[in-house]
Parts: sequence; C-alpha cells; structure tokens
Amino acid sequence: MTMKEAGGIKPEIPNSFRTGPDEHGHFGIYGGRFVAETLMPLILDLERHYEAARQDSSFKAELDHLLTHYVGRPSPLYFAERLTEHAREKAGGARGAKIYFKREELNHTGAHKINNVLGQILLARRMGKKRIIAETGAGQHGVATATACAKFGLECVVYMGAVDVERQKPNVFRMNMLGAKVVPVLSGARTLKDAMNEALRDWVTNVETTFYCIGTVAGPHPYPAMVRDFQCVIGEETRAQMLAAEGRLPDSLFACIGGGSNAMGLFHPFLDDRQVEIYGVEAAGYGLDKKHAASLAGGRPGVLHGNRTYLLMDEDGQIEEGHSISAGLDYPGIGPEHAWLKETGRVTYLSATDDEALAAFQLCAKLEGIIPALEPAHALARAIEIAPQKPRDHLLVVNMSGRGDKDLFTVADHLGGM
Amino acid sequence: MSSRIESRFAELARSRRAALVTFVMAGDPDLETSGAILKALPQAGADLIELGMPFTDPMADGPAIQAAGLRALKSGATLAKTLALAADFRAHDRQTPLILMGYYNPIYVYGVDRFLAEAKKAGVDGLIVVDLPPEEDAELCLPAIDAGLSFVRLATPTTDSARLPAVLAHTSGFLYYVSITGITGAAAPEHAKVAAAVARLRRHTDLPVAVGFGVKNAESAAAIASVADGVVVGSALVEALRKSLDQSGKATPQTVGAIVDLVRDLAKGVRSAERGFARADTSA
Repeated sequence: MTMKEAGGIKPEIPNSFRTGPDEHGHFGIYGGRFVAETLMPLILDLERHYEAARQDSSFKAELDHLLTHYVGRPSPLYFAERLTEHAREKAGGARGAKIYFKREELNHTGAHKINNVLGQILLARRMGKKRIIAETGAGQHGVATATACAKFGLECVVYMGAVDVERQKPNVFRMNMLGAKVVPVLSGARTLKDAMNEALRDWVTNVETTFYCIGTVAGPHPYPAMVRDFQCVIGEETRAQMLAAEGRLPDSLFACIGGGSNAMGLFHPFLDDRQVEIYGVEAAGYGLDKKHAASLAGGRPGVLHGNRTYLLMDEDGQIEEGHSISAGLDYPGIGPEHAWLKETGRVTYLSATDDEALAAFQLCAKLEGIIPALEPAHALARAIEIAPQKPRDHLLVVNMSGRGDKDLFTVADHLGGM
Repeated sequence: MSSRIESRFAELARSRRAALVTFVMAGDPDLETSGAILKALPQAGADLIELGMPFTDPMADGPAIQAAGLRALKSGATLAKTLALAADFRAHDRQTPLILMGYYNPIYVYGVDRFLAEAKKAGVDGLIVVDLPPEEDAELCLPAIDAGLSFVRLATPTTDSARLPAVLAHTSGFLYYVSITGITGAAAPEHAKVAAAVARLRRHTDLPVAVGFGVKNAESAAAIASVADGVVVGSALVEALRKSLDQSGKATPQTVGAIVDLVRDLAKGVRSAERGFARADTSA
C-alpha cells in the first residue's frame, strides 16, 4: 500500500497499529500532555494508578462483573435483515453487504458511554476520590457518570454547555433524577468544548478531592488510551460474536465520530487485521463547505484540551465552533489516535450531513424497529450507501452506539411534525 | 540571557523591594487602547509587563480573563497584532521587561520558529505558556531558550519537591508561583501559606519568585510583596478595565486612567511592603 502524504507529514507505518501510545502519550505526533502545571502531578498519579489497575486481575474481575450484571453485556450483534434487503434492492439484488448492528444502545443508560465510566469510577474509588466531575455534550456521558456515581454513592457534578442543556432536556432530567448536579456552562460558545474547559477549571481548583471522568478518547495522556481500553470491549465482543455467527471476521466496520470513543472501542481490536475495512464517520453538519463538526475532514493539527490533534480553527489558531444536529458529535476536535490512524491511512474517515443522518435515522426506525441516536445515524448513513456496492457475502458492522429517545424532540423539530 | 528581566530584578533587589508585575490582555478592548495602556503602565509603577495573547479556550483562566480574551478577539486581535503591539511598546520603552502569556495553540499554528524570531525582534523578553508543562519542553521551551527568550514556568501548590527540579530545569527569568490551586481571579491565598511556599521554592532556586493569583488591591499586593520577589496582578486590572467600558463594550475616555489608577495604587502597596524575607543581594 502506498501512503499519501497528509499535510507534508509522512507518518511511519508501524508493524502493529495497536501498540500506541508511547510512554509520553504520543500516537505519532498526536496526543501528549498539554495541561497546566497544577494538573500535571495528578495526571502522572492517574497514569500510575491506571497502570497498576491494568495489571491487577481483581480490577478486571470487578469491572467485568459490573459489565455483565449492571450494564447487561455482552450487547447483541444483530443481523439487520430488512436493512440488508433494502441495500440489496438498491443494488438490484446481485450485490449488497450483510449488515449487522452492534447493539450498544441496549446497554444500561442507552449508550456505549457506561463502559468507560464504570472503568474510571472503579479507578476513582481505588484512588480514594469522592467527588466526580464530567463534561457532557449530548448528555449520554453525563447520564452514565451520574448513574455510576449514584450506584457508588459519589458526589457528581456534570458540566454541560447551556446550548446543549436546552437541546437535550430529557438527559438533563435524568441526571437530576440520579442525584447529579448539572452546571450549565455559559462561557465561550456554550457547547461541549466549553463544558470541557469548565470541567478542567473545576479540576484545577479541586485537585485534591476530585476525579475527572472524561467521556471520550481525548484529553491529556493517559485518557485517550485509558478510555479506549475501557471501550475495547465493544470490538472484542464483536470479534467473538461474528466468529460465532459467520465463522469469520467482519469485512468492514462503521462508527460515528465526535471525540471518537465508540469508534475506537470497535476499531482497536481489528486494527491489525489489515483485511478489515474500517470507516469512521464524522458529522458534516450543513455540509463540509458550510458549518460542520468534521475535524479530520475540515480541520488541521493543533493543541487543545491537553492533546495535539485535528481541530476546527481559524487562521490564528482560535478554536471554531462545530455544528452538528447531533450534540454528541458537535466537538471541534477528535481523539489523537484517530488523527494518527487517519495519517497512517489505516482507517478511512468519511462524513455525513445532518440531512443524511436524519434520513438514516428514519429508515432504521421504519425498517428495523430501532430508533438510533442521531450520532450512530451518521455511521448508518454511510453504511447504507456503501453496503449496496459490496458483494453479498460482505459482512458489515455498524456500531449502534446509542438509542434515539433523547433526540426525538430534535428530530420532530427538523421534520416539522410534533 | 534575557538581560532586561534579570537587570530589572537585580535593580529591585538593590532597592530592597518586590516587583509589580502587571497583566493586561493584548487588544482588550481594542488595539489602540491596549497600546496606550501598555505605554502608560511603567510610568504608573509596573516593573514588568505580562501581555496576554488572546485565546478562545483559556482553560486555566477565570471569568475575568476569559472575557478579556473574548473582547480582544472580537475587536480583531490576532497573534500577529499582539507581536506588533509588543514591538510598538518596545520602540517606546527600552527598559521594562515584556513577557507574552497565553496558550500554545495560536503559537503552534503560527509556527514556533517564526513566532520566536518575530517575538525576539519585537523586543519580547520572555514567554509564559500555561499549557506547556516540562513534559512538553521540546515543543517551545527549548527552542525559546535557543532563540534567546526566557521561558517562565509556573509552579503551583501541587508541584511537590520531587517534581520541582523538573519544573525548574529550564525555567529562566523568574519563577511564577501560582499561589492557589485554581483559576485566575479566584479567592486570595492565605498569607502564611504563601510565605512558606516561597521559602520552600527558594531552597531550590536562585531565580526571583513572583507570586500571583488572587491579588486584588494595594493591601494584598503589599502582603505578597513582603515575602516574594514579585507580585503579579491580572484579573483585578482586567476587571477595572471592563468597568470603564461603555454599554457596548467600547473604550471610554476613562479606560486608560482606570488601569493607571489601580496600578499606581498597587505600586504603592508593593513599595510600602516590609521585606522580612528579602533575598540577599547577590548581584552587587
């Protein structure tokens, strides 16, 4: 395979795509630890505790027990029969991949977010931290964090952009019900990036007592690697389930990407199976030539929230607001490992617009009786476009990373039918 | 290396008083007013100047400095214009040390080498970049030292003795002690804790130690000045500026004066301080 140069950077193609990051938290030139000095000792401490927990079989046993009995894992790998028929009809019957859903929306709290949160909360307990903070965009990570904090009797503060508080009201109610304090963030653009700024400000202030539970594969090292590791259960299960169902590995994987944690969780266990095509789908909002949230397609490398990665920004390096119909994808950055996987060419990054996601959302509801969240509807939009081009024995997996209850008002608004 | 910072602290050590280090945001509320404020600062009693480089996402700053950055960006501030502002100030004042303070992304995007060359040419003496800990020294700190600029590091209450040597390793000019765990503009620190922290830092370094975060008036400035080599004031100045603006956020005839008055007051506080812990003058 020949490698295209991306922006003058020619990344080395490694023997394995699964060994990163290096000891400084770098995936190629991406990642790192770009934080204020106040936080540095904590981040180093977190890294030590995480390394110790990883080596400790009782940590894994405790987490596995929770994933089974509290989350309801393993989540099914479901053959989406009518969607497959739909793709084959589009292809005139001769072609059309077999479409499977990895049903992360069936997890407790309705999304993949809980996988990571339980891992981090167990770690926080080991570190003796009694106060948990989190940022949230769509509210799924906030709900998952509030849930785990309720279960373990921990104080929980969730920062959420004031704009997102408005457009994701059901999740705000859920967090309140679970005993969390939701703080609407009024600074900056009042969305996810500002919620993350505010969570970092809280952390800088309350370093001694507080654990910051980051919801995606971004932030300073060790967060991108740690969150990925906790989400890898998605890909590991998919692997085993597909082997059981079809006797071989899938041929292609699709997942939506905001920060990129559901995608990284699905992709990572397959990165060294070079025959598996991997597609990440960013939010193209109103279109890539208009306002969107596709950091890889429309951004360039920069440094924000503790890591170097692709960012949406202006000429002066000022961060620009993303736009997506989906609050969970509306982030002007992306996890650093995705930036690296893009540049090495191992993963193909595509995008889907608001309208394409809405169409896929409706199609999935009507054909499969599954109302997806708007986030995975982006992945679905590209999957149903590519599926008809593939042979009939092509095994395609879409990560159904969340359920759509939280989006019903948004969708109704757009479709004009309340 | 950065002779202006070193000579200024040496000079002040001889006069047995602490430095008043004032922070203002470049381009707040507009470039012209910002330039006028800069030029008025030394006369009003500022011994060193920190000039903020506006950034959309200042994760270690409180509401006052966040708002200042957004006002500046709204008025059209960019890193190139901040450098021009610095050059303009330097043409007017050859002595007062000027330190650029901000976040890494605008510098990274501008290009590290280009930024350092232009900053040096503009007469900038040092840099404070909040989100570059020693672990990321290769990014900007080491190239800045090579380019002849000081890299002023922050030490915080969480920087323990085991970590301090790493923090001090490539710090030059002075050490900036952040007196609280928190964001800029937060509550004032306890005096006794600051005194103990400064004493601890002095066991590890001969660099002057400036203390910031939470200094709001002449009284708190005097208290810090009695134990440290420098007192950094930022949020209070930025707030004074905000209060002088008209309803649409534009400068008024009172804006420059509002800053000058507060700096005069702070300078009085700093100069009145009894320097019980003054460092022996080693430069004479």
